[in-house]
Amino acid sequence: MAARNVAMREAIRRALREEMQRDENVFVMGEEVAYWQGTHRVTRGFLEEFGERRVRDTPISEMAIGGVAVGAAMAGLRPVAEFMTINFAFLALDAIANHAAKVRYFFDGMFKVPLVYRAASGWGNQATASHSHAPEPIFAHFPGLYVGCPSNSLDAYGMLKASIRDDNPVLFTESIALYPKPSPMPDDLDEDSLIPIGKGDIKREGSDVTLVAYARGVDWALQAARNLARDGVDAEVVDLRWLRPLDMALVYDSFKKTNRCVIVEESLPMYSFGGEIAALLQENMFDYMDAPIKRVAAEDVPLPYSKEIELLALPNAQKVVDAVKEIL
Amino acid sequence: MGSPDKNMLLDWYRQMVLIREFEETCHRLYEEKRITGVYLHLYSGHEASGVGSMAALRKTDHVITAYRDHGIALILGMDPKAVMAEMMGKKTGSSGGKGGSMHLASKDHNFWGGYAIVGGHLPLAAGIALEARYNGKDDVTMTYVGDGATNNGYFHESLNMSAIWDLPVIWIIENNGYGMGTEVERASGQTELYRKAEAYGIKSFGRVDAQNALEVYAVASKAVEYARENGPAVIEHVTYRYRGHGVSDKQYDAREDMSAELKEWMATREPIKILRDCIEEMHGDVSEMLARHEADAKRIVAESVKFAESSELPSSRQELLRNTYVPSELVHKTAQSIGAGID
Repeated sequence: MAARNVAMREAIRRALREEMQRDENVFVMGEEVAYWQGTHRVTRGFLEEFGERRVRDTPISEMAIGGVAVGAAMAGLRPVAEFMTINFAFLALDAIANHAAKVRYFFDGMFKVPLVYRAASGWGNQATASHSHAPEPIFAHFPGLYVGCPSNSLDAYGMLKASIRDDNPVLFTESIALYPKPSPMPDDLDEDSLIPIGKGDIKREGSDVTLVAYARGVDWALQAARNLARDGVDAEVVDLRWLRPLDMALVYDSFKKTNRCVIVEESLPMYSFGGEIAALLQENMFDYMDAPIKRVAAEDVPLPYSKEIELLALPNAQKVVDAVKEIL
Repeated sequence: MGSPDKNMLLDWYRQMVLIREFEETCHRLYEEKRITGVYLHLYSGHEASGVGSMAALRKTDHVITAYRDHGIALILGMDPKAVMAEMMGKKTGSSGGKGGSMHLASKDHNFWGGYAIVGGHLPLAAGIALEARYNGKDDVTMTYVGDGATNNGYFHESLNMSAIWDLPVIWIIENNGYGMGTEVERASGQTELYRKAEAYGIKSFGRVDAQNALEVYAVASKAVEYARENGPAVIEHVTYRYRGHGVSDKQYDAREDMSAELKEWMATREPIKILRDCIEEMHGDVSEMLARHEADAKRIVAESVKFAESSELPSSRQELLRNTYVPSELVHKTAQSIGAGID
């Protein structure tokens, strides 16, 4: 099948644009999404195509962005609300965790909340401590919300479409490092090519060790797998794609084959994605376990400005390779 | 809207005595541990605020409030049985026992709920109003917010957003003098609370004596008319709570100065008495009608208690987990999926 390389930002823009064309109730709101064309240029051209009614600049008011989306969704619209970066979504944590995620439950199913929060996420580029977070696991803590974190363009396209069409609230994070990154998308891609919510993907097959990752962690895992292959180690890379729901069937099937696992994430190490996956593996796969589960995450420190120590704090492919070698 | 006719006033009286009877019964049931939990915020003393303002709405308009929500639910016509059952966490409760006192709602009545985080419902109100604007409808969203919430970020962000987007919200600040135990004067640099909304360019209808349902109605009617055509409006309702912040906060009630203050309000600004006097002044002796409404209120509330107490508690794991998510074909689920909810 013919394919061409597309940057993840372009894939997200295409998905969002098609969903807005498809459903009049879908609209975008957020800081700088309209006249500025989107801080990350995801909504470039949207104002011109869809107008001010459906492409709504907001003031710098994250609490209101978070909560207005909930009310609009309850009332029947399908908001796609953008947090310029996920760092600012902390200001909206009450709207997200206490309202978007819980309204359906505490009224026992009376309302639906079909919204998507989009947020750019990730570390790096000397953005300094308060602008350097990959806190997806914090949001995945809350029942009632789904959390999607794509690692490439095709996944981002299908995952965002499913998120918009689903009747539940979804936090959709977009790794800033992956925005410009090209990856193949088929030329004849169907507009209804959805990726089911909660469905993971094997990004590389292997038999010696399972690398479990999501979003940018998948890049490090794939790079590590290529490096390990030179030493004769055959790593399988499981991209969970969604932190909630978690496709543990995929992880278990891989682990039954490899009996070893390294978990890779961009986020912080304490109370983390890695901790969750490791706990589930030891609870459910104890008989298949041939070595300790290892975790590669960011260092347990706020991120500094200065380049060299910033890079020291981040995970990378070499750290994944080192972790694998410890358990072989 | 013109001035309220006799039937309308009598109906307000019916609503107000129903609320009072309901709330005082809730208070008694809580004392007797027949209603449990820690949160029960009563509308006694506030009746004219809700009754007078909601009388200015039409059926397709929207209403949303915070956690002092029983009175709002009853005014909108929710079944007192379902409301009382919710107080007791029963299956037959309006939220199936999942929400309790602070989370009443009814889609059928365009009542978008009571909410428990101070200010948390304010952006939701703006979002509900946005839907009306988005789809070219002229329905308004009447939003009740306490004095305490005017000090938190949600208030300022939501009011500002409503102003720049011309959202048809009537922001009703129910100023009962206290945010939990803190006087407005100690909590807010600006004690004329409607002025905070004016700062965002919101059309202000000023302060109203919210113990007088007729005055409330007169101002609310103008604000609703304005919001329908233009955009957000604000009204400050000066009122008083008879049963403290909530039933579990008795220490505030016990303060001597507050008890004297309460007696003063009850003696001079009792909303049900004020309405009764107005009706009698305008329409002569209606005591028979009023007595009938009082008796009905007692009967209806007693029946609601009976219904609630004879209803079942939810008790299964299925009931615990249900409605975390909307069942969806777009969700991939296996026996090993974690965090997907149950259908």
